[in-house]
Parts: sequence; C-alpha cells; structure tokens
Amino acid sequence: MTEVTELSWPETDAPHTKEVLLNLGPQHPSTHGVLRLVLKLDGEYVARVDPHIGYLHRGTEKLAESFTYTQIFPLTDRLDYLCPPSNNLAFALAVEKLLGIKAPIRAQYIRVLMAELARISGHLLITGALPLDLGAMTALLYAMREREMIMDLLEMISGARMHTSFCRVGGVREDLPDGFFPKIREFCDIFPNRIRDYERLVDSNRVFLKRTQGIGVISAADGIDLGLSGPNLRASGVDWDIRRDEPYEIYDRLAFNVITRDEGDCYARWRCRVDEMRESLRIIEQCLDQMPDGPFQIDMPTIAFPVDKDRVHCSMEALIQHFDLSAYGFKVPKGEVYSAIEAPKGELGFYIISDGSPKPFRMKVRAPSFVNLQALFGVTNARYLADMIAVLGSLDPVMAEVDK
Amino acid sequence: MSVETSLIRSLIAERFGEAIEELGFSHGVHAFAAPPDMIVELCRFLKEHPALRFDFLSDICGVDHYPEAPRYEAVYHLFSLPNKWRVRIKCRLGDPPRVPSVTGVWRTANWHEREAWDMYGIRFEGHPDLRRIYMWEGFEGFPQRKDFPLRGYKDKLNPFGAEGTPPTQPDLATKDIP
Repeated sequence: MTEVTELSWPETDAPHTKEVLLNLGPQHPSTHGVLRLVLKLDGEYVARVDPHIGYLHRGTEKLAESFTYTQIFPLTDRLDYLCPPSNNLAFALAVEKLLGIKAPIRAQYIRVLMAELARISGHLLITGALPLDLGAMTALLYAMREREMIMDLLEMISGARMHTSFCRVGGVREDLPDGFFPKIREFCDIFPNRIRDYERLVDSNRVFLKRTQGIGVISAADGIDLGLSGPNLRASGVDWDIRRDEPYEIYDRLAFNVITRDEGDCYARWRCRVDEMRESLRIIEQCLDQMPDGPFQIDMPTIAFPVDKDRVHCSMEALIQHFDLSAYGFKVPKGEVYSAIEAPKGELGFYIISDGSPKPFRMKVRAPSFVNLQALFGVTNARYLADMIAVLGSLDPVMAEVDK
Repeated sequence: MSVETSLIRSLIAERFGEAIEELGFSHGVHAFAAPPDMIVELCRFLKEHPALRFDFLSDICGVDHYPEAPRYEAVYHLFSLPNKWRVRIKCRLGDPPRVPSVTGVWRTANWHEREAWDMYGIRFEGHPDLRRIYMWEGFEGFPQRKDFPLRGYKDKLNPFGAEGTPPTQPDLATKDIP
C-alpha cells in the first residue's frame, strides 16, 4: 500500500522556547478571505495548525431546499465567486442528469467557453496573489488588467461582471451577443504574451523561487489521502482531470493537455495553474472555431423559459406555462445524482436528492476548496510561519466556497 | 449491465454476502446500502482491493429523512483514480444517529464528518476531533435537520427567528486545540 506521512515534531537541535498561541486572521490579507488559523508556535516553528472556518457560512444547502431549481443558480454563483460559470455548469449538469435531458450543442459550447474563461480568471488571481502574499506586489496589479478583460467579456455575455447566473437547466439564458467574437479574439491574441510577461516577472524573482521551491511538499499518496483535487493534486504528479477522464458537455471534442508536475511543492502548484491558463486558452479558441449554429435552449416549455417572448403575449398556453414555470418551477423525477466537474479549484460535485417536487430534497455541494484547505494538516515540510503563508496561498482556497 | 458493475457487485457479495444491499447503477454511480457497523470494513475493502482501488473519498454527507424512520442517513461517495469508477455507499442511521468514523481509512474524512456532525448531529464514533466546523461553539441545535426552522430560533441575536427552543442535544465536550 502507499506510504502516508504523519505530521510530526521536527527533529532539531535548536533550544525549545516557550510555546505561543497565535491567531492569524480572520481579517488578514494573506488568508484570502475570512479564515482564522490558530497556530501553536515554538519560536518560529509552527507546531500545530488549527483552521477555524465558517465566518462566511450562508447555509447554501439549507437555503436550496426551499428554492426551486432555477432559483438555485444565483446561490451557486456565490460559492467560488472567482468563477461562477463553472459552478452554474456543475449544478445545471446535475439537474439535467436527473431530468434525463441534454442542452443543445451550441449551449454546451457557450457553457464550456464561459467555464474556461472563468478558469483563466480564477487562475490569474492566484498567479498574482501568491507572489503578493510573499511580498511581490507587481504581478497582481498586472493580473487584474487581464482579469478586467475577462470581466468585460462575461459582462458582454450575461450583463454581470461576477455573478453571471447564465446557465439554465437545458441551456443558457441568451445567445451570444453581437460583436462578441471580435472582442474575445482580441483577448485570445493578447493573452499568450501576457502569460509570458508574468512568467518573466515572477519566475525570475529569486525571492519568490526561494520561498516556494521545495516548500510545502505534498506527495501523491498524501494528496489522494487528503482528498486534494484539481491543480493541487496534479502538481503532485497525479494525472487526473475530470474533463478528460469523465468528459462532460463537449470536452471530448476538444484537444487539450492535462498539466502535471512531479515536485508537489508550492512552486509546482503555482506553475500548474500558469500552464493550465494556456490550455484553457486553447480550449476557448477551439470553442470559437467549432461554435455551431442552432438553439441555445432546449425546446421544452415545461422546463425552459420561452425564447420567443412574443409568444407569451399572444398564446394562452404559452402564458400559462410561463407563469407556471416562474411561480412554481418544474418538477424533477424522484432519484438521486452525484455529478462532478473539473472546476478551477478541483472536483466540484453536486449531490442532489429529488423527491419529485420542484425543490430539491437535499443538495450537497462537494466544494473543492473546503477539502483542499484540509491539506494544511498534511504538509510535511512547511515548518516556519512564513512557509505556512506560502502553502496557504498555493492551495488557493476561496473562503466563500469553503464556507458554503 | 456493464462489466464493472458485475465485477464490483460480485466482489462485494463474495466478501460480505447478503449484508451489503445493491441499489443499482444510475448516472455513472454504483450505489450500495450498508449497515453502520460494517461501514469501516467496507470502505477499507473498497480502498485496498487490487481490482477496485477506490482510493479517493470524494464526499461524505448527512441526510435527514424526517419524518421517516430510520431518520438519518450518511452517504459516502468514493472514486477510483485508477479505474475512474464511482461508488455511493448509503448508511441508514437511527435516532440519535451514530456511525463509526472512517478517518482511519482516509484523512480527508475528518472535515466531512465534522460538517455532518455540525449540520445533522451525526456522531462519528472514533473521530479524533469531532467539533462544530461552520457554526460557532455553543450554538444549539443542528441547522440542516428538517425540523430546524430556516430562519433559525428567536434569540437576542436573531429577533426574526421562529418561536420555540432548539431540541436538547447530547453534549460533546468542546475543546480548543487538541
């Protein structure tokens, strides 16, 4: 069986000083939101770390039980607020599996396009934020420049910069707007050079390299045991990507590489994300090239809102259906489903139990950040307080998703 | 019925006999029902069997089937990294709900079980550090139970909550850093 390392006291000759309890957070910039770490320090060594979470707990799962399926989309936006389209997609897929339907091909392309834009946006933030945590401020300010371009694109599609809520069960809300293609092509042309700029800026920063290379190593066996997923696990050498291994939507039509690294340290996790942005860009370009014409919403008046609003004003049946759908939602057959996608942070799963009513009986969110954050216990050679910050930053938790 | 379904089914039946009930295959997940006292053994078997190797614990969650009896349920989602298979294990629990902890099989179970304890009051026996995770220490009641009001109970911090008091709960010693 695989060897699993236990967290143990470091063997050192240094004289032990008095143990100190230190509260890191909840309001500390390097904790990426409201996370409180209670650290037991021996000198500058971290002897024990106890994360306290829940400051952002909104009870998404409890709320979802009193919402109709369409109303839940805005709740999912607020999980990982850096990449809402991924969360929307994960939830929509779970409900569609229960209903036994599939969105039209064009809608699937639009969803994947948005999810990959969101992945770049999420990864861009950590590309800049990890150096910021370690004292290099410049990269984040530049990363925000490209993030703003992505925000503009998302705003163009959905009207909202962050909380897009653009997916619907059985498709997306609207078709792509006029003038979208030139705008996104412009982004695709600019972005590869910008990634190279970040690499030059951060990768040649000796302080950054010293503080990330060989720090916070997580072995593959430890990573699996701790439930890491996404880039965090791939940085430890586990070749697993749900987009490739359990393809959903149209990922089986797209060519992309799964980025893995062997080192498993903070630098590998940062590096994995930078390289994944390139792959995401490739996926986006393929989506644009292959984008088919056709409907963007399934033609089922009991589930999808009517595309042609004039029909609602002229036809009695359409009016009734529209009212029914708005007021009561649609019924989902009895059953249960666990559906997972490769979100930017890792495996984002929705477990839904339906009792046949228009509201879920139970909705459980398998939030990747929640599980990834646990790896703080498993990191074997982050011993100094300063290394804890590097490890925390490289795990890239989004507290809104941790706390649900 | 696919090859993998019959393989998983026959290996479990060979090892555990009638004790593990098969619930069928739907939406890419093989589902089984297990009695609570066999959960650790079953998880260890699924994880370590060379043909199955369900080495990744995706999720543990609690479910409240109020007013049905047995009322509670712990649901485990396992994933096999080498085979790319998914398994769901469902475990019905009485009131008060108790189930052995699987933290000895996967360390990642730690926080999942703390969450299920916090939200549903499912007591995972043998868990090294079973404290509330989302709600604060001293919070009364288990908020995701079906009989817990959505708005919470009325108190000085929550003037718009529902009338009434949370049902008494078995107390678990709260401790800070273990």
